[in-house]
Amino acid sequence: MTERIIRTKGIYDKFPRKGENNPAPSATHYCPGCGHGVLHKLIGEALADLELQDRAVMISPVGCAVFAYYYFDCGNIQVAHGRAPAVATGVSRATDKVVISYQGDGDLASIGLNETLQAANRGEKIAVFFVNNTVYGMTGGQMAPTTLVGEKTVTCPDGRDPMTQGYPLHMCELISSLKAPVFVERVALSDPKHIRGARAAIRKALQIQKEGKGYTFVEVLSPCPTNLGKSSVLNNEWINEEMAKEFPIQNFRDRTEEAQPIERAKSDFTDEALAKAFDLASLPATQENDDPNFGEAQVKISGFGGQGVLSLGTMLTAAAQAVGKQVSWYPSYGPEQRGGTSNCSVIVSGETIGSPVVYHPNLLVALNRPSLEKFKNDVVPGGTIMYDSIMGDVEIPEGVRGVAVPAQDLADAAGNPKGANTIMFGVMLELGITRLPAEAFKRALEAQFAKKPKLIPMNIEVLEYARKWVRENVK
Amino acid sequence: MEIDKTKPYPVINSLECKSCGRCVDACPKKVLSIGNVLNARGYKAAVYAGEGCIGCATCFYTCPEPHALEIHIPAK
Repeated sequence: MTERIIRTKGIYDKFPRKGENNPAPSATHYCPGCGHGVLHKLIGEALADLELQDRAVMISPVGCAVFAYYYFDCGNIQVAHGRAPAVATGVSRATDKVVISYQGDGDLASIGLNETLQAANRGEKIAVFFVNNTVYGMTGGQMAPTTLVGEKTVTCPDGRDPMTQGYPLHMCELISSLKAPVFVERVALSDPKHIRGARAAIRKALQIQKEGKGYTFVEVLSPCPTNLGKSSVLNNEWINEEMAKEFPIQNFRDRTEEAQPIERAKSDFTDEALAKAFDLASLPATQENDDPNFGEAQVKISGFGGQGVLSLGTMLTAAAQAVGKQVSWYPSYGPEQRGGTSNCSVIVSGETIGSPVVYHPNLLVALNRPSLEKFKNDVVPGGTIMYDSIMGDVEIPEGVRGVAVPAQDLADAAGNPKGANTIMFGVMLELGITRLPAEAFKRALEAQFAKKPKLIPMNIEVLEYARKWVRENVK
Repeated sequence: MEIDKTKPYPVINSLECKSCGRCVDACPKKVLSIGNVLNARGYKAAVYAGEGCIGCATCFYTCPEPHALEIHIPAK
């Protein structure tokens, strides 16, 4: 018997990006009863029915829907908090893609409010789907710009008080006070009737994008049973009874018939056009100093914050600059001021450097054990790992040379207990992996201590001590 | 339970169901309920009574899980 099957469209069959060994490989990461899944299905279905999947770029937000790219079978860019309108504008103007901005209330109406209004006011060709559940979901239920007066959240435990926290922001009303938007509607996911209304509005918004007519904004009143502390059913009743009073479910603007397709100038990304745009002809030709025979050294320096990881990197950078080589310095560190892990990538090259990221270093400088364990297997065969001998016994991967440096002991012996970093610097020089001459390292020390010239000869002495140690102790 | 496949019926992928109850609440014929069996992830999945489905797909559109529920409608 033949059957017609109603099933999800425009969404991947399985979600492998959730990670391996997932017990339910085609279930979302969303909580039970969450509105995001309902909305995902409606958008996915519309994309498939309008044959837009190959043309669509979803801009996924920060918030619970940060992983939208696990699910939607279309293009995706995951962007910084509240910055979807800027990225969406760029994609929309540079290409003929259909651009979808999927954002929550914190992302769109708080941190991203300015960009949201500016993009709407410019009439960018973007379909905005704004999920309003009155609460910050991902971070654990804090007050949102759209939290109702009297509604309790973890940051307004006695209920939102307008005298101190203001009133809920009405995004559809704000957007529809602007001239440019083509379509503005508020819908809800609370019951079958409202879901049908949401489905129609979503299809209309995407049809407008398909025709390139401009900005559409669909606000979706959506349940968050977890953070509102309600069952799915009670959350849906609350949307209809309480939320809809504050946020009327209705159309605010529909200029679909009058609106004409917006023609943007075609983008030209050819080398010639970019050279002209950036006026490259007026810049000194850096290629004149190119030295293809010099080769390239890729260095990764890693340790705890406060160990001098980043400054060891900037010293190496200064050394390369001192002798006119190309160099990049690329730091990576956590939000902690002290105690977090940090690392930096330094590339020293005879020619222009493309990406500053070092994935496979020739030289790894590990200032603590976690850093060594994290990066040691990335070192290229024949490469070198310098580590502080204070770590004791360590395992070095086969085909890689390990150099244990008693940095503090050597600094003490050289008469400069604060010079452990300069010891490391000197060992780096003498190992030769950076390809830079001694002159470069000395000039880097001069630059490093330019404000305390007294320290320069002391540190050069430490540098020489380290070099001598390498000659006598490292094979 | 035998499902009469000459009439519309829902297929529930019980591993994906998170027991939120939206479909149970939305079904106009009240032929869905929360079952008594825990699935591998610890949720009691929704179950179909076995008859009474009219193929309106209300449950499909209210279900938040993309692949937990689909509606089969036999050709006339």
